[in-house]
Amino acid sequence: MPGGPMSQRREKAQILDAAGITRAITRIAHEIVERNNGVQDIVLVGLRSRGVDLAHRIAVKLEEIEGTKVPVGALDITLYRDDLGKAETQPVVRRTEIPFAINDKKVVLVDDVLYTGRSCRAAMDALMDLGRPRLLQLAVLVDRGHRELPIRADYVGKNMPTSHQEQVQVLLTEEDGVDRVVILEETAD
Amino acid sequence: MGTGLKRKDLLGTRDLSPEEIGLILDTAISMKEIASRDIKKVPTLRGKTIINLFYEPSTRTRTSFEIAGKWMSADVINISTSSSSVVKGETLKDTGLTLQAMHPDVVVIRHSAAGAPQILAGLLKASVINAGDGAHEHPTQALLDLFTIREKRGTLAGLKVAIVGDILHSRVARSNIFAMQKMGMQVRVCGPATMLPRYMDRLGVEVFSRIEPAIADVDIIMMLRIQLERQGGGLFPTLREYSKLFGLNLDRLKAAKQDVLIMHPGPINRGVEISPEVADGPYSLILNQVENGVAIRMAVLYLLAGGQAAAN
Repeated sequence: MPGGPMSQRREKAQILDAAGITRAITRIAHEIVERNNGVQDIVLVGLRSRGVDLAHRIAVKLEEIEGTKVPVGALDITLYRDDLGKAETQPVVRRTEIPFAINDKKVVLVDDVLYTGRSCRAAMDALMDLGRPRLLQLAVLVDRGHRELPIRADYVGKNMPTSHQEQVQVLLTEEDGVDRVVILEETAD
Repeated sequence: MGTGLKRKDLLGTRDLSPEEIGLILDTAISMKEIASRDIKKVPTLRGKTIINLFYEPSTRTRTSFEIAGKWMSADVINISTSSSSVVKGETLKDTGLTLQAMHPDVVVIRHSAAGAPQILAGLLKASVINAGDGAHEHPTQALLDLFTIREKRGTLAGLKVAIVGDILHSRVARSNIFAMQKMGMQVRVCGPATMLPRYMDRLGVEVFSRIEPAIADVDIIMMLRIQLERQGGGLFPTLREYSKLFGLNLDRLKAAKQDVLIMHPGPINRGVEISPEVADGPYSLILNQVENGVAIRMAVLYLLAGGQAAAN
């Protein structure tokens, strides 16, 4: 395999525990309500896969706060990536499931980590092919910096400056059996 | 995360692993969603060139590859041999080398000679997809058939299928037999003795000479087209007799399971191998097969040309 063996990574620090994640989601939900004067016309679209889990959790909070169910969709951006053919392995295409019209809706994109901004760019292109939302906002659990595109999140659970060598890993009970966010660093091997 | 197909070309189902078949079918689920959109276009294969090189007539397969490529933003060029240098006597090798000089990423070939795609694959840097070679293989047809069955039944393993008709000349039957067996299905074939290859049982399929027992307890009946263009003559006395003995009509269907699925790779000879009432009936999946063909071809194009796994 080209590129040599995978480098080893070890946990450097935990930046959010289960309670921290819950608090961040609660705050994001409140900010969405405040910024949009309620949840009228709001729909949540999570990026596969952990963004979808986070979107569902935000939807639960929004229902607690406003008493209204907010639609949640799932977006797979694989077909819109700008690094197809560059990545070492080919990403598996998963399903986009947005069972509602997004025309004239206020769409909140939800992702776990905001890094270069390239996933968000792909998500915006993918969404625009599905319709014409009235406005688009971005919610992320962790903003780790190092943007390569002029993209900024509207709702951030935790700002966490990192180095390029580090990796931010979001673990959620739905996928990983545990709720925590950690920074991994490379070890000399 | 994830790996593509570990191959440059798709020449047949015989050398595909069950995992590869599963990956193609799963990828096609995502591709099918794109067909339901208002804007049927994703940028995945932007800047890639696909050449459809068809030495035999085809409507659905060529159109299906063309739509699949275009929905993924590739540039698709169709070459039909009646309007190309082939009529001036150019050999497959020279056609291949000429195309190579134009740097295509994928060449989809249909040819009347078995093995033509293999020859082309050895000549070209581009990925070669076999869209039917003689009586050899037609892998994307088998994959779309499996996809259609799985979509209706939820699973493939354990299902019984009867393939009825001209097995001898059918690349669809061959590709399906290999693929279905890999996915754990039980395959039986049925047709006039003159249209059954010898030693069929060595492939692990059951052979029936009469249609009634063949279709009695199967989950799927796949009718094959009588390929008038490949008949040297003398394989059966008359079309009418063939239809009487091996055609699928409502009366004959009473012997089958209530919820049996009817498939046909098309184009159908109405009233010969299948009666119009059956072809247009509630259990007929013939048009689902066509619809799913686009999704399967998008999946194959993505997996061969969409990432690192392709090219080198």
